[in-house]
Amino acid sequence: MIRFILKGLLRDRQRSLLPVIVVVTGVFLTVFLQCWMTGILGDLVDFNARFTTGHVKVVTKAYFERIEQTPNDLALGETDKLIGSLQKEFPDMEWIQRIRFGGLIDAPDSRGETRSQGPAVGWGIDLLSPGSKEVERMNIKKSLVKGSIPSRRGEVLVSDQFADKLKVVPGDQITLLGSTMYGSMTVYNFTVAGTVKFGSSVLDRGAFIADIHDVQLALDMPYAASEILGYFNTNHYERQQAAANVTRFMAGSDPNDPYAPVMVSLRDQNGLSSMVDYMDVVSAIFIMIFVMAMSLVLWNAGLLGGLRRYGEVGVRLAVGESKGHVYRSLVWESVLIGLIGSVIGTAIGLILSFWLQRHGIDVSAFMKNASMMLPAVFRAEVTPSSFYIGFIPGLFATVIGTSLAGIGIYKRKTAQLFKELE
Amino acid sequence: MKKIWILLAFLPELLIGQNPSAERIIEQIDRNMASKSRILTATMVVHAERGSRTMEMKVWSEGEKRSFTEYLSPARDKGTKMLKLADQLWLFSPSADRIIQISGHMLRQSVMGSDLSYEDMMDDRKLTDVYKATVIGPDVLDNRNCWVLELRAKAEDVAYFMRRMWIDQERNIPLKEEWYAKAGKLLKQTTLTDVKKIDGRWFPTRMVYKDMLKTGAGTEFIINEIKFDETIPESLFSKAALR
Repeated sequence: MIRFILKGLLRDRQRSLLPVIVVVTGVFLTVFLQCWMTGILGDLVDFNARFTTGHVKVVTKAYFERIEQTPNDLALGETDKLIGSLQKEFPDMEWIQRIRFGGLIDAPDSRGETRSQGPAVGWGIDLLSPGSKEVERMNIKKSLVKGSIPSRRGEVLVSDQFADKLKVVPGDQITLLGSTMYGSMTVYNFTVAGTVKFGSSVLDRGAFIADIHDVQLALDMPYAASEILGYFNTNHYERQQAAANVTRFMAGSDPNDPYAPVMVSLRDQNGLSSMVDYMDVVSAIFIMIFVMAMSLVLWNAGLLGGLRRYGEVGVRLAVGESKGHVYRSLVWESVLIGLIGSVIGTAIGLILSFWLQRHGIDVSAFMKNASMMLPAVFRAEVTPSSFYIGFIPGLFATVIGTSLAGIGIYKRKTAQLFKELE
Repeated sequence: MKKIWILLAFLPELLIGQNPSAERIIEQIDRNMASKSRILTATMVVHAERGSRTMEMKVWSEGEKRSFTEYLSPARDKGTKMLKLADQLWLFSPSADRIIQISGHMLRQSVMGSDLSYEDMMDDRKLTDVYKATVIGPDVLDNRNCWVLELRAKAEDVAYFMRRMWIDQERNIPLKEEWYAKAGKLLKQTTLTDVKKIDGRWFPTRMVYKDMLKTGAGTEFIINEIKFDETIPESLFSKAALR
């Protein structure tokens, strides 16, 4: 029967082409929208994880309470020992230390006096250790605009926009004026190795990256760091595992010691939990509304298809075909149309989504004055659900629409049939 | 004899039973504390959350517009110098061999990690030029009779919208100051103690500054030695003296 119906659909384009186009369009839009929303959310989480939050973060209790001020006077001490114990306790994660700080960057003239200056945020990360993944994690190679990645102590990367403002180029000297861990003033010289475009308007306005050992020296922080970040070896944020690690770590933490290390998961930083939950709900509602709207459209298409063939159904009943057989054949037809349309629509949606997953859309032009740390390029993300979500409107709505329209077959009266045909 | 002069100065107010005018009190403070020049050595102790740091320094100042500071210890800060000329401030760091101008938002940063900002250090305008002062009334602080003055900003570009000062009625020196934001939040507090008579004038030799927005127990500024109206070589107030 299916082969018969399929032949009928292929030979009678009027019966199949329009419904398939409608289903393909609806399914494509559903799949693409789902991938795009998932991608934006994933990009936000991933960007924050790479630059600020890690998958989990270890800081002192007092530091966490004022984390937005990056108070390095409350930084972690003896980080070498702490990292050693974290590596032993949580081998499923890679542990790295970073120092975040603020200060004034001053560029000198030929007499060593101020020529230009500006406030900046700084990162001390492990740039020079062999095997360090920090360069890759912060996407530094691809972000490099001028010069090179620091290869020796004392070298620094500056955001390209900030370098232009300071009028410095690779090879020039700059001076950091900031505060040490103990609150005293520090003045420390660096050489610009290269300039980078971080891909976040906030950072591009004024940020620099130096090797953590230089920063420890500059800020009088030997064996100390603002924070220790943990990244899952799989490179993906695993929400439940992160929560389990936090619970296990916190069981041994002293709640009365302000300098005791505490562990927080990605979700519990930067307001990400509320943002992720909010975006989860919003995107779910958005996708649900869209799926429902598409379902109505496709349902309607099924209904119209059934009504358009009112005459044909009459003839088929007149020549002796049973009502149940006619009804079943119409439903099977819609199953085939829904299936073909869903497969084609999903394929097109996935192709476009895969392309956007690879290339993304650069939105930096719209975020010049953004004060939040947001990625400049948003990408789609294809997930397992992307492969089947289009079938909900594409297959089920079409079939339900046809099934409802087909009920009319049972109301047909053979006595009126010839009158209708006349 | 001095008491008689003070009595005579406030005689009109005493006769009609009113508080003296704020301008008159400020004038008396200036008369007592202002000098042509000062050379002092001081110890600054910053009581931060993770412990205290002690710095020794020598300061040469001329009026309110020009000053030169050299840090003598600890080793990390030794040789650091600061030069203030009117509204400009430069800093020299021997470790970096750099002269850096402190300007813009940096002026709001703390001086050597203390509870004082560069902006606090730079403010050299006359109180009566910037604030409208009123006498709130008498008060007793540390067993001393004081006048409480409230100063509200006349100009827009002041760091603190309102200041409250407790002035020792007899010695014409401030004993306590509170600095407030426009919204009424207390931002900084200063207490001045260990008042000594130096070269015929009363002068507080220990000041405790507390930035109310910072943790820690504040910053002590202890004057070890102070000389008034000494001649300071002109060459000290130049960028060349920084290196």
